[in-house]
Amino acid sequence: MLGDVVPELVLVVGGVIVLLYALAAPRRLQGGAAVLAMLTVAIAAAATIPMLDGPEAYTFAETYARDLPAVWAKLIVLVATAAVIALSVPWFRSDPRSGEYYTLLLFSSLGAVLLAGATDLKQFVVSMLLSSATGFVLVAYHRLSRASAEAGIKYYLLGAMTSASMLIGVAYLFGLGGTTTLPGLSTGLAAESGTGLAVAAALVIIAVAFKLGAVPAHAWMPDVAEGAPAPVAAFVTSVPKVGAFLFLARLMLALPLDGLGWRPLVAVIAAATMTLGNLAALWQDDVRRLLGWSSVSQTGYGLLAIVALERSDLALPALLYFLLAYVLANVAAFGVVVQLRGRTDRSAYRGLARARPVLAAILTITMLSFIGVPPLAGFAAKLALFAAAIDAGYVWLAILGAINTVVSIAYYARVLAPMYFKDLEGPVPVLSRSAGIAAVATGAAVVLVGIGAEPFFGAFDGIGLLPG
Amino acid sequence: MLTTAIFIPIAAAAVFALLPRRLRSPADAGSEADDPWASRLRLIASVVGVVPLILLLGAWARFDGGGGFELVESTEWIPTLGVGYRVGVDGLSLPLALMAALVFAVAIAYPVDVRGRAGPYYALMLFLEGVSVGLFLSLDLFLFFVFWDLSLVGIYFLIGVWGHGDARRSALKFFVYTFAGSLALLLAILGLYLATEPRTFDMAEIIRQQPLPAGGVYATLVFFGFFIGFAVKTPIVPFHTWLPPAHVDAPGPASAVLAGVLLKMGTYGFVRVLMSMQPETFARFAFPIGVVAVVSIVYGALVAMAQTNLKRLIAYTSVNHMGYVMLGLAAAGASLAGQEGAQALALTGATVEMIAHGLITGALFLISGSILTRGGTYEMDAYGGLAARAPALTGITVVAAFASLGMPGLAGFVAEFQIFAGALAVYPWLAGIGLLGIVITAALFLRMLQQVFLGPLPERWSTWPDLGWVERVTLGALVVLIIGIGVAPALLLDAIDTFAGPFVGR
Repeated sequence: MLGDVVPELVLVVGGVIVLLYALAAPRRLQGGAAVLAMLTVAIAAAATIPMLDGPEAYTFAETYARDLPAVWAKLIVLVATAAVIALSVPWFRSDPRSGEYYTLLLFSSLGAVLLAGATDLKQFVVSMLLSSATGFVLVAYHRLSRASAEAGIKYYLLGAMTSASMLIGVAYLFGLGGTTTLPGLSTGLAAESGTGLAVAAALVIIAVAFKLGAVPAHAWMPDVAEGAPAPVAAFVTSVPKVGAFLFLARLMLALPLDGLGWRPLVAVIAAATMTLGNLAALWQDDVRRLLGWSSVSQTGYGLLAIVALERSDLALPALLYFLLAYVLANVAAFGVVVQLRGRTDRSAYRGLARARPVLAAILTITMLSFIGVPPLAGFAAKLALFAAAIDAGYVWLAILGAINTVVSIAYYARVLAPMYFKDLEGPVPVLSRSAGIAAVATGAAVVLVGIGAEPFFGAFDGIGLLPG
Repeated sequence: MLTTAIFIPIAAAAVFALLPRRLRSPADAGSEADDPWASRLRLIASVVGVVPLILLLGAWARFDGGGGFELVESTEWIPTLGVGYRVGVDGLSLPLALMAALVFAVAIAYPVDVRGRAGPYYALMLFLEGVSVGLFLSLDLFLFFVFWDLSLVGIYFLIGVWGHGDARRSALKFFVYTFAGSLALLLAILGLYLATEPRTFDMAEIIRQQPLPAGGVYATLVFFGFFIGFAVKTPIVPFHTWLPPAHVDAPGPASAVLAGVLLKMGTYGFVRVLMSMQPETFARFAFPIGVVAVVSIVYGALVAMAQTNLKRLIAYTSVNHMGYVMLGLAAAGASLAGQEGAQALALTGATVEMIAHGLITGALFLISGSILTRGGTYEMDAYGGLAARAPALTGITVVAAFASLGMPGLAGFVAEFQIFAGALAVYPWLAGIGLLGIVITAALFLRMLQQVFLGPLPERWSTWPDLGWVERVTLGALVVLIIGIGVAPALLLDAIDTFAGPFVGR
């Protein structure tokens, strides 16, 4: 059994080691914590890769799934975490107590990983709380900065409310189904219908929506994107989504279809999320807030895959590929912001293409990928998502997604156009090589994963979720 | 060979984009005259730009027109989704790809103010050349869409950075409009893709399968997705509003490729995708499409007539000319027994018009760019009597304008004659009204020539320089072809007929 969770154990042990190191090491050696954290992530990834060939099964009495989607989610989370560590090193260099930061980062990514594999409501609660609690601290890590503290408080308050809703919902589901495991619930709830089940499911979905940044629990996203330390913003707006999307998919598969119209419900949430995110992003003059709202709208697109679950064999491949494309592009976009020392005013990006052509190109690539311009990864993701939605009979949702995409061009262009069309004002200082490398690497990955989509679609083809 | 033609310019574009800053854009300002690097870069770019043309001429030599796709090069790309890299030619795509390569070669060599950013400018032009040629050669809907969208991105930056006037706004309007169209196209492609069995994006396979028979909401939705996507790009009324600002504010060579090549992507899509993959649905809507075409013809001509701005005038004549193409396509796609000859004629005419319009409008936009660099404005009132100062400019403009208004012996006539001959047999009333467009364009082009080139020469143009040798050679190449197609159309028609005849007779 323990063999099934080696990567998770590596993250726990690594996190503890980093913490001990941070406590013991003198201030000038705090940077070593980052090296240890990076090492931890690398070992965890090395332990995960063999699982791609391994048997798919439940483990720990059906509370945890070791299926291919969970393994892929783990890899996506670990890659993103590694990139964020590289971004964080120069950002926190002058911070004398940055060592613990990496512990929190590791535990937070552990939360996302556990969420991706959770097939049990208790497991779900624990991993949600692990992911959230570490997230709150990470967001408010610059405790002397007003923006950071405010973002942390906002994130925390919304998190607390949705956690309450999660706990009530989970208790309710347990009461109705008589068990907490998803496989058990799928049989236990089969006969259930009506308001009780609907309320319970809605309460849990709201909690997941918080992690996803989906309507109605999306409001933290722009504030966190703006106020949190920039590497944390890259992390919190992307990594927890991986786990949340997979758990949502599992939960939907376990809930009975008759008597509970979860498919239309998720469709409405998807429509509202992408539309609201896009419309709100239109007015932003702060690039980080803009990326935050864009992140909300991207969640809306991703939900198309959840809507299409079971109705289209493209749904799960679309979801996984979307997560990969989205996480890479989002980390790369925030990575550029980090490398530009967190400059965030839209007008500060004027003429960037002449001063920092590579960074401008990376930001362009990520935004074009968000829009869905081929051959970038975001295009294949949107293609698969739309195809899944159409295949599932939700043509209107695909059309709405397309309309939203057109709207989104306007605000991405508001950032891109001044970079290329305006003249430079003043020097453009950058942070350090490691952040630059992380931004360039993730940006390049957006291109490579887009052109070389076959290995991924090939691997995702025909894989299924447990229970499913 | 085809793959090389697509990727040599794209690879060269990457090299140009990655040039060190010192070589890429050495001077921050100043014209090309004090910037030896810019003209050297232009020379290199021009040489690369000609390569696809030569390769495609080689393809033409090997093309035998036996029906079906030839010179196919294909490999798997995303086999899980049925996506492949597939390119090839037939009697429709080969002439269009050749025309695209020619217009690009000319536009790249054409002198232009690169505003101290020569490297990125030539990188974008070469990139656009690669994707445009690639689009006409694609035999896979996924690949087709990739090139389609990449061309939008390329033009967006060309207009935004090197345009004038309210360039940013025009660029954004262009991008939003045409991207909206391309998303409609994407949804339609997905709709078609999901109907295939086994699922594939392979054009030849979809044409063989005919997965969506006429009738039903689904087939109609897919049809309208394609229709909107192509109509925006073409553009036909009422989807044309992005076109005038994009053209007016774009630099001359960019307008030339925009009108000469990119608009053809829309009409090419109508034939290659809609008429081939949903012929029954197309036939059902052929008459309304014909009506829209005639509206475009008359409206485009009338609005062009009202312009005082030279470039807007040419831009609106594009709406008018694309209307001719659409009329030909509507006639060719109509479901009508016993008129196969006329329908094939209309289809051939429409294809020739695509090529002729590319050459003619390409030339006209380049000329307007030359006029702008010398005179600083597009307002025709500001000019007059240039014929005395600039015989070469006048001569070339006259030929292009006459070709555009359909003078016999020039390329435009060959096209328009066949379109109307074919359309009169299918939709006599529509074609009759459409003929009005020819009368109006004749009037407006004559007035344009009169205003700019005839009459007294204003004092301030007394030192007006005539075309330089590069301009003469490049425009001359276009003019030779315009006359050549007009005098001896057989060479071109033979190739197109290998496609059009069997297509209609099917």
